[in-house]
Amino acid sequence: MSKRRVVVTGLGLVTPLGCGVETVWSRLIQGQSGLARIEHFETDDLSCQIAGIVPRVDGRNGGAPDVDGSFDPDAVMAPREQKRIDDFILYAIAAADEALKHSGWEAADERASERAGVLIGSGIGGLQTIYDASVTLHERGPRKLSPFVIPAMLINLASGQVSIRHGLKGPNHAVVTACSTGAHAIGDAARLIAYGDADMMVAGGAESAITRLGFGGFGAARALSTGFNDNPKAGSRPYDKDRDGFVMGEGAGVVILEDYDSAKARGATIYGEVAGYGLSGDAYHITAPAEDGDGGYRSMKMALDNAGMTGGDIDYVNAHGTSTPKGDEIELRAVERLFGGTADSLVMSSTKSAIGHLLGAAGAVEAIFSILAMRDGICPPTLNLDNPSVETAINLAPKAAVKKTVDVALSNSFGFGGTNASVIFRRAD
Amino acid sequence: MSDVLARVKKIVVEHLDVEEEKVTESASFIDDLGADSLDNVELVMAFEEEFDIEIPDDAAEHIQTVGDAVKFISEKTS
Repeated sequence: MSKRRVVVTGLGLVTPLGCGVETVWSRLIQGQSGLARIEHFETDDLSCQIAGIVPRVDGRNGGAPDVDGSFDPDAVMAPREQKRIDDFILYAIAAADEALKHSGWEAADERASERAGVLIGSGIGGLQTIYDASVTLHERGPRKLSPFVIPAMLINLASGQVSIRHGLKGPNHAVVTACSTGAHAIGDAARLIAYGDADMMVAGGAESAITRLGFGGFGAARALSTGFNDNPKAGSRPYDKDRDGFVMGEGAGVVILEDYDSAKARGATIYGEVAGYGLSGDAYHITAPAEDGDGGYRSMKMALDNAGMTGGDIDYVNAHGTSTPKGDEIELRAVERLFGGTADSLVMSSTKSAIGHLLGAAGAVEAIFSILAMRDGICPPTLNLDNPSVETAINLAPKAAVKKTVDVALSNSFGFGGTNASVIFRRAD
Repeated sequence: MSDVLARVKKIVVEHLDVEEEKVTESASFIDDLGADSLDNVELVMAFEEEFDIEIPDDAAEHIQTVGDAVKFISEKTS
């Protein structure tokens, strides 16, 4: 069967740089950082005490009712409803609301709503909900568990809640691939449209693992930065010689994907086309990337082949680049290998330097940054890149955004378990 | 208004986010106050907590209205 073209017609963001696509993007390209010390729970006994926290109207991470882009849970749903969902679902709903509004999509009739689906994933799901319920179970027994424990923490309830809220009756699905969740969600959702299973998909990722359990667990795996607790904005520094682990972020990224013909027919603004998608497994280690970077290389290569492109066609790469000592260089070498002699014309940056690593939301948020790079002809910076640990011909956009016409952008996401995803976006009218 | 009714009303208003006037003794949690089956479970748990009683599942199934709850609780606590 001939596959249909899939385009992006709406964007939604909840990130440590705030909520709302334009607010976040303008702060990102100005070089602002969303990283801060954790103040909302006890961190004295944790090795990492900094994070990319969504600013809230209650004062968290500098948020306030009169500060632009502050997240207001009460604007999303009534307090009573909030108690029934974990924060990752709250973020997903907020980002999906923005993306849908932004796209202008509305179900023309019942048939249209049956052709519209949701595919939002999360790497971890409702970690705090699981923790709180475990404590209740241990201290007070099973009769004291809320009936909302399970629907609050289930990963696919982000898709479920968005579907219920907007009456989207098409495919209802979720991806769980750790830190590549968001990229896989967009790639897989695009395929559902390309193969005719849906005409519109709300796709993305959401995460809220900035909890004591999340920090204890990732800390035990020695994955987090520990040396910048007194200087949080310097903690995420991909490719820099002083990097010492990732800084966790939270939030959600959601895009509206549509069949090209449907989008054109309704006169939608098209932000780009999902041109290629690649996936691979390292088959190597549960947390460490394979030294030769072959998994990431094959993921990118598959995406290029899928798009009918070569490395030289790519103008900007939004890197996985988590700021871990090993991973950054492995990815960089894989990109160099793929792009060969054209590497010197490439710009590649890690926006995790500004917002931290949003785990299951990262791929979706970074896909949106890649799309905006195309829209505005500007590649966001890699903050804190004072002294690169390696030499490369690639422009890593150190500390300042790079103006460049971007017709094609590639976004990489790699996750625990050795799972890799690459998505290519191209400009489309 | 009995003390039990007042306390039950307060819980229902808080949990279901409904106006107090609607919480009459004949009001059904599901049909009149917008609750679903999970809300009902949560309400019963809240009654247990407030009145320090245990409401077994088979009894909980028969608590469909505000009046049912008041009646059950009054018998248990008298």
